[in-house]
Amino acid sequence: MTEATPVRLHRRVWAQLTSQHPIVVTIFALILGFLVGAIIIMTTTASVLDAWRGIFHNWGAPGHAIKLTFDNVGAAYRTMFTGSVVDPNSLWHSLTTGKNWPVTLTPISETLTYATPLVIVSIGVGIAFQTGIFNIGANGQAVLGGIAGGVVATMVHLPMVIHLPLALLAGVAGGMVAGSVPGILKAFTGAHEVIVTIMLNYVVYAFLLFAVLSTPFQQPGQQNDISRTFDGSAQFPPLFGTASGLRVSYGVLVAAMVVVFAWWFLDRSSLGFDFRVTGANPSAARASGISARSVVVLVFVISGGLAGLAGFVQAASTTHEIDGGFLIGNAGIGFTAITIALLGRNRPMGILWSSLLFAALGVGGRAMQSQTGIPLDLATVIQSVIVLFVATPVLVKEIFRLRAGPVATLKLATQGWGT
Amino acid sequence: MRLELRGITKRFGSLTANDQISITVEPGQIHSLLGENGAGKSTLMNVLFGLLTPDEGEILINGEPVQITNSGDAVRRGLGMVHQHFMLVPVFTVTENVVLGFEPTKSLNRVDYRKATEDILHLSRQFNLEVDPDAVVERLPIGLQQRVEILKALSHDAELLILDEPTAVLTPQEIDALMEIMRSLAAAGKSILFITHKLKEVKAVADVITIIRQGRVVGTAEPTASESELASMMVGRDVELTVHKEPFSPGGDVFEIRDLVVRDERGLPAVNGVSLSVRAGEILALAGVQGNGQTELVEAIAGMRPVESGSITLNGRDITNHSPRQVLDAGLGHIPEDRQRDGLVMSMSVADNLVLNTPRRAPFARRGTRNLVAVQAHAAQLIKDFDIRTESPQELVSSLSGGNQQKVIVARELSRSLEFLVASQPTRGLDVGSIEYVHRQMVDHRNNGNAALVVSSELDEVLALGDRIAVMYDGKISGVVDPSTSRETIGLLMTGTRVEQSRD
Repeated sequence: MTEATPVRLHRRVWAQLTSQHPIVVTIFALILGFLVGAIIIMTTTASVLDAWRGIFHNWGAPGHAIKLTFDNVGAAYRTMFTGSVVDPNSLWHSLTTGKNWPVTLTPISETLTYATPLVIVSIGVGIAFQTGIFNIGANGQAVLGGIAGGVVATMVHLPMVIHLPLALLAGVAGGMVAGSVPGILKAFTGAHEVIVTIMLNYVVYAFLLFAVLSTPFQQPGQQNDISRTFDGSAQFPPLFGTASGLRVSYGVLVAAMVVVFAWWFLDRSSLGFDFRVTGANPSAARASGISARSVVVLVFVISGGLAGLAGFVQAASTTHEIDGGFLIGNAGIGFTAITIALLGRNRPMGILWSSLLFAALGVGGRAMQSQTGIPLDLATVIQSVIVLFVATPVLVKEIFRLRAGPVATLKLATQGWGT
Repeated sequence: MRLELRGITKRFGSLTANDQISITVEPGQIHSLLGENGAGKSTLMNVLFGLLTPDEGEILINGEPVQITNSGDAVRRGLGMVHQHFMLVPVFTVTENVVLGFEPTKSLNRVDYRKATEDILHLSRQFNLEVDPDAVVERLPIGLQQRVEILKALSHDAELLILDEPTAVLTPQEIDALMEIMRSLAAAGKSILFITHKLKEVKAVADVITIIRQGRVVGTAEPTASESELASMMVGRDVELTVHKEPFSPGGDVFEIRDLVVRDERGLPAVNGVSLSVRAGEILALAGVQGNGQTELVEAIAGMRPVESGSITLNGRDITNHSPRQVLDAGLGHIPEDRQRDGLVMSMSVADNLVLNTPRRAPFARRGTRNLVAVQAHAAQLIKDFDIRTESPQELVSSLSGGNQQKVIVARELSRSLEFLVASQPTRGLDVGSIEYVHRQMVDHRNNGNAALVVSSELDEVLALGDRIAVMYDGKISGVVDPSTSRETIGLLMTGTRVEQSRD
């Protein structure tokens, strides 16, 4: 144990921090996202802007402007955090008195509620990405899953142990049907999946309107585009009971199971291996005896099935009914899933964290809007900037002067050693 | 011209690509630079041509130190480069290509083609570089296209010509012709720097041989040195250049092709009525210049390209137009021509690549779940058996050298129980050590009584491995000959000339 050890350790930590490891790049992208958000808050809040102008007109001190900036940005991000994760004061109060737990847990419960369908659908999109398939139709597949599950949830009446799983399977099947169409078209006619899935989304949206306005599915006595309410036996019950008032439901367990399934599927299953080989090198996949056709059809069935499951989970754990705008407003989870999969690098755990981040930004953004008046759009801007920087690692690398990772160095060092 | 490189050093990060390299090329000398892929030859040429700045060392031309900062500089100072991949405009005539960028003009800035043509005719007479100035380049055989490249360099008054792996794409006859040209250029006082890794050619034409290994000059040799001396200097250890083969004792037919017709992407018959058969314990070598249908033939055998007519049978079983999966399961091993495109997944580990076409076979998977422990153990075993140089089975195959990447494929294919092996250009781009290794593996496979088809455009490889040699030209078999046949005869067959002594 010489003096050199701590120096070397410090060097190694620094080397890791400044390497191009994907996680490092992602963390720096997060920092950049919040920095850009701070600049936007600064330049769009009138009082802060006035204080900065003051410096140039000699009627204000820069200290005041800086303080005001930090106050405003700090307040915005603080409410974003307390509104989506936990309010430390409230947590301390609950811990010391044992009271008010529902109030303390509401933010995290909301974040988990929003994250649940996002995790499921994004994993579907991520599996497709890993296979080299761009599934833009996840939203339509989720909608059809919601309808199929909804039909079973409203028109069949059974005890919960059978009813909920049956409705869930119907949701998966609905998504699979919607997914198999572009899959089959691509495999057998070569139709491009991006075009086909985008167009199919509109077909499904039209079908949704038709379904919620048609007699058996429409809420009786209603003229509006809204379905019957799901049977109680086909709803995901709240995780902490109805009395708690927390919305987080047993749906999160479904999402957790999907994460585990996806890990097994991609890392351990033979079919997942075929998918990854096809995604990484289609020619080698073909030469190795993998049938491109069956892979394309199967990946769409699996990706669509997960989207359908997400659609059903969304309806059965929050709204308990489906209206004509189901998943269509605000771009829809199927589109958010594309950015989440990108941010999570198509890996199940990465997607889990990205979904939680996106859900927290959405939930926290709403809290920020109501408490500080900064519009929710700021959350969207932060999300977009993060994804932008993750998608352009070269830029992040340049900004933070990251070095090539140890792997790349190794490669150079072993070149030219022939045999 | 007298060119002197003194102590050239070029580093890339921790890698020293050129380490104190000193070479002197005398006027009228053919100086051969011999080294394996990755030895630092290309780096040195890029330094010489101003594309890279050396960290240390200097370049002297006729005793004067010079600074070369770009390729234009190099050309002005009388250096001419003939690239491995020609830099010609295919749809232009020879004249147009030669004068491109330096067109002689007459009034109103019009190109003076008459003068240009005369200049070219004058040059080609002077150096015995016969070529029709009005011919369109894409219609010329590769050997003549190379002459155009040389003419182009000479037309810029090059006093020193650098030939970078010039024989890789040529037929044996064209190689001989190139050697003649090199000799006459040297006789006319031009200096030649001849970069190659082929020992025969070096011995045939060089005046002085400089051998570089791992960025360093490891020695110089006379052309009288034996091939094995040169090879061991190049590789750094003794190399067996000829593989020992057990006496040829073929068994019955294992693999048979009858009247095969296969079309290429353009819908033209690339394979046009080919019939071949391979017996147990036999290597049939398929020779031919690249692009005569060999690629399409192998793809058809591997199930990757539809067969128009004719049949392929393996052990009496018809496998014509079967899927790649069915063909693999029937016991066909395939070492593909383009290893990075068809043979490997570069972003996956060595272990995964070693089970790329058998991921579901026991014990690698059971009921749809992969057994990574078995995959790992399998990889560890093959890494040992086939001497694959890798840090661990988990290392990405992209970080392996070309030779070791090829070993991964060879190990994967030969470790399956094969009925028949098809190897396409199995040693392309590999260094001498790896070539020796791959050859020994294939000959061992044959010595064990197995059948193999080896497709190669390298005549040395064809002669070293083949028990019989079939030559392919323009989609057809132009002859099947014995390996004792002279190189000239095989060379003639490669150009489509039918030869009397060919037999089946």
